Amino acid sequence: MGMTITEKILSRASGQTPVAPGDVAVVDVETAVLMDMTFLPEGWREVLKVHDPAKVAIVFDHLAPAPTTQAAQAHRTGRQFAERFGIERLHDIGADQGIAHAVVADRGYALPGTVLVNGDSHTCAAGAFNCAARGVGGPDMLFAITTGKAWFQVGETVRYDFTGRLRPGVSAKDIFLFIAGEYGAHVNQNIEYGGAGMSTISLNGRRTLATMGAELSAEFVIFEPDDALQDYMRSVNPDAKWFPTWPDDDAAYHARRSIDLETLEPLVALPDAVVNNSVPVAAVAGQHIDQAFIGSCANGTLDDLAVAAKIVAGRKVAKGTRLLVTPGTQAIYRAALKAGYIETLMEAGAVVTPATCGACSGGHMGVVGPDEVCITASTRNFKGRMGDPSARIFMGSPATVAASALRGVISHPGAFFAGDVA
Amino acid sequence: MSGSNMLAGKVWKFGDNINTDLMLPGPWLYRSATEQAKAVFINNRPEFLAQMQNGDVIIGGFNYGMGSSRPAARSLRNCGVGFLLAETINGLFFRNAVNHGFRAFECPGVTAAFEEGDRAELSIEDWTATNTRTGQTLAVTPVPKMLLDMMLSGGVLPMLEAQGLIAPKRRSG
Repeated sequence: MGMTITEKILSRASGQTPVAPGDVAVVDVETAVLMDMTFLPEGWREVLKVHDPAKVAIVFDHLAPAPTTQAAQAHRTGRQFAERFGIERLHDIGADQGIAHAVVADRGYALPGTVLVNGDSHTCAAGAFNCAARGVGGPDMLFAITTGKAWFQVGETVRYDFTGRLRPGVSAKDIFLFIAGEYGAHVNQNIEYGGAGMSTISLNGRRTLATMGAELSAEFVIFEPDDALQDYMRSVNPDAKWFPTWPDDDAAYHARRSIDLETLEPLVALPDAVVNNSVPVAAVAGQHIDQAFIGSCANGTLDDLAVAAKIVAGRKVAKGTRLLVTPGTQAIYRAALKAGYIETLMEAGAVVTPATCGACSGGHMGVVGPDEVCITASTRNFKGRMGDPSARIFMGSPATVAASALRGVISHPGAFFAGDVA
Repeated sequence: MSGSNMLAGKVWKFGDNINTDLMLPGPWLYRSATEQAKAVFINNRPEFLAQMQNGDVIIGGFNYGMGSSRPAARSLRNCGVGFLLAETINGLFFRNAVNHGFRAFECPGVTAAFEEGDRAELSIEDWTATNTRTGQTLAVTPVPKMLLDMMLSGGVLPMLEAQGLIAPKRRSG
């Protein structure tokens, strides 16, 4: 029996042992990404040996710049750890800092055909790069950096084949909201994306879709490699060795589903749950909002900032509404600055924050208060996620969020794309 | 293998998609493990911690523990939950259960078989769960040996300590 992409990568990483659903695979970790929360005193333990410092990267993101003294302490622990073991890939507060998954994308750390782990649930973001990437726990990270290994219970795979192309004003977030609404959770299953339409989705769009796989409770989320991916890898990480991995022709899938991108429309997830909770924008249009947020590992890409800027250009955020925008990395921030997006956003009244997990995780830089309503293009809308538990969090695409910010109520972004051609 | 293979406790019943943020709310993320264990379910079931006894059992529905990588399983262990049985368990939550030495098992049909306040008995030898009120016994999905050994011996950290890869812990938690 053939293997899916995930099974093939886990098989290679476990020394070419065949891998099938139900197995526990013990694999070599090519890339171990430590985010700042890993260094909080309640989780971190003094490491005595690092398996291979060259396979470790450290990125400060959730608590960046440090909002509390505990955060500052966690950063110091991280710096000292990097120093002690000679870890060169330290993304400290400064020019090459950002949200870990976005830094991994910017720098090409996620190598196709290899295994990457990080102690954050949205690590599957790197699946856009044909990399078997899984969010794990803090103890798993200690295991990975000290032994070079990780274990995974191998699940079945659901395959999605895309056809067609998204219409203007519809984005990867809407593909996700469609899948979450139509098919719900994928607990203990891997997701594989491919098909003739896959390459019409930009690499940044694939990152959004891969990141959001965490909300489907999937194990691994992985895209087929294409020319765009390999060209990108060659440009950002030319010296690395990678293994573009396609599924076997006779791979066994739990289910195989086809999605015509042409037919999709902007959707919104209602508050408190991401899956089985999507409605067309029209169903909630007119809902008052206090805050609109675009950012996170899911929607802080240059594409996301570009579409937000396009919508608010020459217009103003509604009085009484806050539009917060968080670029995924400081590098994306600088690129958006050069492209003029930041000026456009700020002229419209948006507040642009430094790269951080801040508002998305309810930590800092845009926490919502009691009974407030937020529409967010980020990762998660659980009760209490972005601040007070009585706040209601709707989730939509960056286009839907930007359009909503201009009117102060949830709004369909279609009008802003009227003249565009797919 | 260490730890008891036969456990029993009073049932607290929860629904589907119980997420990590309910077991370990965001504002507690930066506090001590001891304090985190005092915040379990405070937003959705504030009476839980006040009324539960050491060794009580959580019965969950589908996708128990969905959400983030935060150590919610550690909080359940630390507040005294004896074990968890759920229809299905989220993969990331399960990892944390293994790594923090919290007993969490999948048991199809468990939601229908137990009512709030029932007594649940678990045998990790036979891989069965029994409702002592009704006498009904269900099959528990066995956990692969490597993971079970880690779960029952207190998780991955004692193992790394024993191998000299991390320093011994300074205090309990």
